[in-house]
Amino acid sequence: MGMLESILLTIATAATPLLIAAIGELVVERSGVLNLGVEGMMIMGAVTGFGVALTTGSPWLGVFAAILVGAVFSLLFGFLTLTLVTNQVATGLALTLLGLGISGMAGEAFVGQPGLRLARLDIPGLSDLPVVGRLLFGQDPIFYISIALTAAVAYFLFRTRAGLTLRSVGDNHTSAHALGIKVIAIRYMAVMFGGACAGLAGAYLSLVYTPQWVENMTAGRGWIALALVVFASWRPWRVLAGAYLFGGVSIGQLHAQAFGVGIPSQLLSSLPYLATVVVLVIISRNRRLTMVNTPASLGRPFVPDR
Amino acid sequence: MQSGTNKDNGGVVKTTLNAGDEPLLEVRGLTKVFGTLKACDSIDLAIGKGEIHALLGENGAGKSTLVKMLFGTLEPVAGEILWKGAPVRIASPSDARRLGIGMVFQHFSLFDALTAAENIALSLEERTPIARIAERARELSRSYGLPLDPSAHVGDLSVGERQRIEIIRCLLQHPDLIILDEPTSVLTPQEAEKLFKTLETLRDEGKSILYISHRLEEVKRLCDRATVLRHGRVVAHCDPRKETAASLARMMVGSEVHAVVRAAPPKDADHSPLLEVAGLSREPSNPFAIPLRDIHLTVHAGEVLGIAGVAGNGQGEFFEAISGEALQDKAGMVRIRGKDAGRLDISGRRLLGAAFVPEERLGHGAAPRMRLSENLLLSRFRTDAKSYLTHIGIIRESTISAATRRIVSDMDVRKSSEDPEASALSGGNLQKFIIGRELDRQPAVMVVNQPTWGVDAGAAAHIRQALIDLARAGSAVLVISQDLDELFEISDAIAVMHDGRLSAPVPVGEATYEKIGLLMGGADASTPPTAAMEAV
Repeated sequence: MGMLESILLTIATAATPLLIAAIGELVVERSGVLNLGVEGMMIMGAVTGFGVALTTGSPWLGVFAAILVGAVFSLLFGFLTLTLVTNQVATGLALTLLGLGISGMAGEAFVGQPGLRLARLDIPGLSDLPVVGRLLFGQDPIFYISIALTAAVAYFLFRTRAGLTLRSVGDNHTSAHALGIKVIAIRYMAVMFGGACAGLAGAYLSLVYTPQWVENMTAGRGWIALALVVFASWRPWRVLAGAYLFGGVSIGQLHAQAFGVGIPSQLLSSLPYLATVVVLVIISRNRRLTMVNTPASLGRPFVPDR
Repeated sequence: MQSGTNKDNGGVVKTTLNAGDEPLLEVRGLTKVFGTLKACDSIDLAIGKGEIHALLGENGAGKSTLVKMLFGTLEPVAGEILWKGAPVRIASPSDARRLGIGMVFQHFSLFDALTAAENIALSLEERTPIARIAERARELSRSYGLPLDPSAHVGDLSVGERQRIEIIRCLLQHPDLIILDEPTSVLTPQEAEKLFKTLETLRDEGKSILYISHRLEEVKRLCDRATVLRHGRVVAHCDPRKETAASLARMMVGSEVHAVVRAAPPKDADHSPLLEVAGLSREPSNPFAIPLRDIHLTVHAGEVLGIAGVAGNGQGEFFEAISGEALQDKAGMVRIRGKDAGRLDISGRRLLGAAFVPEERLGHGAAPRMRLSENLLLSRFRTDAKSYLTHIGIIRESTISAATRRIVSDMDVRKSSEDPEASALSGGNLQKFIIGRELDRQPAVMVVNQPTWGVDAGAAAHIRQALIDLARAGSAVLVISQDLDELFEISDAIAVMHDGRLSAPVPVGEATYEKIGLLMGGADASTPPTAAMEAV
């Protein structure tokens, strides 16, 4: 395996959790809800995934448990913001803090324990192809899920009736309500999908990326996922591009540091953030496109008058 | 009084709804209460098959509440609804649609970020692919003469085009009853005429229409029967064709509405230009905004200049530019009392003697959750700093409450307590207060956007009279309005805004509805009317 190939492999591993969390949040925001609790839901997924895998011995059970816990945790957010109509920003921040706290407490027993790794999924025949084989067909299973998820969400949003309904709720919930669309129910489903995705992204960190539990191991990835959604102007394939760009630059700067490039390491460490922001700002310069894609009801509470 | 003409499919004209002739929709004792306010108080109403039934009433009479109950977005607290003779409960808009009730909303229920076809698809129950819906929408728009591009984003369309989408969306559901809420308030006279033709075609096909309006002339022209509401109650059922506009207005308002008096300006009056706009252009601030293109305009002392136009043709952008919410590239583009004001902010322009009343009352003209006195201080603390504040910036409560009381009594603002929050006032009363707040300063230049939008007839007459009186006292008044009747009532000259351009002002003596209507539709004033009519 060549040097380049291994670099590309690590880029995919760095990008996948961002992509999954961001795609989930994209669906949430397209329905008009701003959930700033991505980081908290991710860390809950990470600790659950690790713990369940450790105790049952099955990484897959860990993954499913993480998805479930992410969804249930987001349900708390949904109940507070959609049913009790609390402020979405404050509730999302609280969710992040709560998630970090609970995971730290629950994960105390796991610190230092050797974790389990989700097995690689080689596609027979194809994974032995030179150069691209390992890269495209010899990844961990969640990598494939993340790509399929992006495609599925893009198809769902722009090619199906249900996706149209979801977008309409995010654009103008008053009009949607007047048409008889169940605004709150749709938002609940979107929020739970977002939570499930964040949980999966968390499990990826503790079962694939670094198979161990470290407190606060999401290290701000939830926030990056949130930023990716906005800068990608709520388009799924742009989120993918953004996630891989971020992953690419962060891995690239690590290698640059290893080679002893004469740039302060702090500056190099900030490079992925800088590069992602610059590129995505350039992409989102098309204001017409941004305008059409921005969910106009984002973060606005909905109370039907009855 | 239950009379009316009912033209059915065969074209036979009957004078009453016979007992055997079952109404399509009947409403008995329908009541809706919001807090302590009875928005609808035991409403009775019957709509026959193939009739256009008018629902008349002032703002706040309960028209919208009633139709929302018929369409399932509000739930009545008492009373029953009978559809084709059988009692029904309409719990949601989809229930209403299943029965065969369609609705064209006043404030359109469209989604700006979606295309016309997607908007239409959303209100259809069936799982038709979007491509098929676009095809059917195109067919329907052809057969009713309502041109439409299914792939256009709604945010890019004019208000008239948006209404077409609403109507086609409604027709695609094959309703028996179509409810139209104030459909012509956003149309040019020519567009309205086209809409009437469409509605008459629909009636001839046997569909029933509930037509909500406060424009009496069009109700007289179009409708077979009318139900008049006042303060949530039915005050009359009548045949609008047998009534006069004045008698209908009396039923709606409950008393005579005072006509506005527009005296000729005194001959020897000072006629110097107080507000000058020269070569004003503005790039759109967002993709759905209208650019302003080379606008020239002068308003003289003693004059009311009206700006007509269909909503969304740049009036809002123009107001922002004049008021200083958006600055101009060159200081000379806007001049107030002979001084360059293009680079001044709102307070700077107010200090030059100008006053501005924006379109939205709540959130723009007034802070909803603050008291009237606080709102007064907020808008005038710069211009009246000496009288309202001490030199170290402490508020002089007594001066401000005295000023608030003065404005309230001058403008006859009705309120429930001494100094209520702005949002506690009804729309008309709040508008009177906001206008009064500016008039109280005796501004040399007054710019008002939609002075009487959503204001009842009595309050509207009061506001219009106050604007005319201000002009006759030597100020320059610029009124932007979508209400042509209003502009003809108060203006000395009317200019028309279309697609970000402003026409030359037409003196009101030479202006006709047709002439202004053509300009609103974008026709060049110099083209012969017939050719332009086809272009609309």
